[in-house]
Amino acid sequence: MSDLTGLTLKAALDGLAAKRFSSEEITRAHLGAIEGSRALNAFVVETPDKAVEMARASDARRARGEAGPLDGAPLGIKDLFCTEGVESTAGSMILRGFKPTYESTVTSHLWRDGAVMLGKLNMDEFAMGSSNETSAWGPVINPWRSAGGNAALTPGGSSGGSASAVAAELCLGATATDTGGSIRQPAAFTGTVGVKPTYGRCSRWGIVAFASSLDQAGPMARSVEDTAILLTSMAGHDPKDSTSIDAGVPDFASFCGKSVKGLRVGIPKEYRVDGMPPEIDALWEQGIAWLKDAGCEIVEVSLPHTKYALPAYYIVAPAEASSNLARYDGMRYGLRVDGANLTETYEQTRAQGFGAEVKRRILIGTYVLSAGYYDAYYLKALKVRRRIADDFDQAWLTCDALLTPTAPSAAFALGDKSDDPVAMYLNDIFTVTVNLAGLPGMSVPAGLDAQGLPLGLQLIGRNLDEGTLFSLGSALEKAADFRAKPAKWW
Amino acid sequence: MAIDAATVRKVARLARIAEPEEKLEPLARELNGIISWIEQLNEVDTDGVEPMTTSVAMTLPMRDDVVTEGGDAARVLGNAPRTERGFFVVPKVVE
Repeated sequence: MSDLTGLTLKAALDGLAAKRFSSEEITRAHLGAIEGSRALNAFVVETPDKAVEMARASDARRARGEAGPLDGAPLGIKDLFCTEGVESTAGSMILRGFKPTYESTVTSHLWRDGAVMLGKLNMDEFAMGSSNETSAWGPVINPWRSAGGNAALTPGGSSGGSASAVAAELCLGATATDTGGSIRQPAAFTGTVGVKPTYGRCSRWGIVAFASSLDQAGPMARSVEDTAILLTSMAGHDPKDSTSIDAGVPDFASFCGKSVKGLRVGIPKEYRVDGMPPEIDALWEQGIAWLKDAGCEIVEVSLPHTKYALPAYYIVAPAEASSNLARYDGMRYGLRVDGANLTETYEQTRAQGFGAEVKRRILIGTYVLSAGYYDAYYLKALKVRRRIADDFDQAWLTCDALLTPTAPSAAFALGDKSDDPVAMYLNDIFTVTVNLAGLPGMSVPAGLDAQGLPLGLQLIGRNLDEGTLFSLGSALEKAADFRAKPAKWW
Repeated sequence: MAIDAATVRKVARLARIAEPEEKLEPLARELNGIISWIEQLNEVDTDGVEPMTTSVAMTLPMRDDVVTEGGDAARVLGNAPRTERGFFVVPKVVE
């Protein structure tokens, strides 16, 4: 059955449509793979009964000729998405046992289109992390290992469970979310494709909030076209999210394979940072050559405020998080630890329910928003954020999209950076600008480093122009012809 | 603008997170490391720059002021740590 788990989503949908196999068959194949892969710690909740039930319902729909665009395809769901009746913890002790009585808009779109849920995917606590080590349920392990080594590597974060499950062929695709790079960096670390759409493309309703002006849901899968198929289903206007954009959703897959001749691709010179491994620089040069061969015009552009994006992010995101996470007070849902009085109950509940990184960010957020510091930190960061967005607006005068590396390194070993918050934050140096400006971004696997670990290239597009990214992404994918897979050790 | 143990104590209190005394110094060091890294933002000239609170250039939509759902106490209370006769049970707020 393992041949069924190795299919792309597109090939699986074609096979289901041609009745070469049933949804129940391909779903059971994936459930078997999940059962045999618990060493990766990718799933925090497995829902085999629900999966089989959904698969059978899908097969019945198909028999009646009522199959939807994703009908019968088994997917994994990041644990940040609320799923009705299925435990949703956002990787946090404070939400242990929380079973939402509602379904997030994004996942409800997937079920509307016929997809099958395999379970919930591990992640950094409240999506705060770049290595999956902040999860209350233990880190996810990357299926990739360095050549000749057996050290456990991070799959990246925060969508590490999604990345690991997609790379290890435990699901055909997965949902993920990206606040500062949480889709694209794990995609780069695991040789998968990850798309962070334009802010407002996918409804945030029913997704546990981290930093509301930055959070955006998106897909991860094993091909550019697969992510396009998933995004077409996930996206769409939702009146329940006041920042949801009321724009039509194109058939994103129709952009895959389209000619990119004449497109102007900008290369931002500020993304050449000190200490970047030469292999990543070389891969970037290779990407430029590939796009040039495909007919793109390459132009040098400048994004002068790039280096200030991360520090601005580490004010804006914790400030929003400290406000959003105030809801975890132990009164209406989640953990409650009783104290001598109300204040103590709050303080003990939050002390025991939140992990170290979440507390750290709440404290930073509370500090930068507190009296006397608001103007110096928070307001300053919002102004720098505007500068960063203006840089992109300038770039769009001379180019249609940007090409950069996705992350400054390949996957690193678990424990390598967990003692130094700032070193960990630097993982997002190439991805975080996109969240601040609200733009769409994509990571495409493009090659392996000397240790045999995958590396990704990032494409950045104009607002609501994911279509161009899918065209460029599939051109890169075709040129890179990335077929490497992790050797199965788990 | 160094953060000391007293500042951490105050901020933790504001955030309603109990931090034991012995954690205050190490936390102050950590937060100082992060905040001093953040202070490079002061190099950026932001005179006359409008703060950016959202990347979505639109005014918040208005909806009709009508009841959309409700009357579903069981679902609202479904995850409460303690309930009684259709109510949340919480610690005494007013002494």
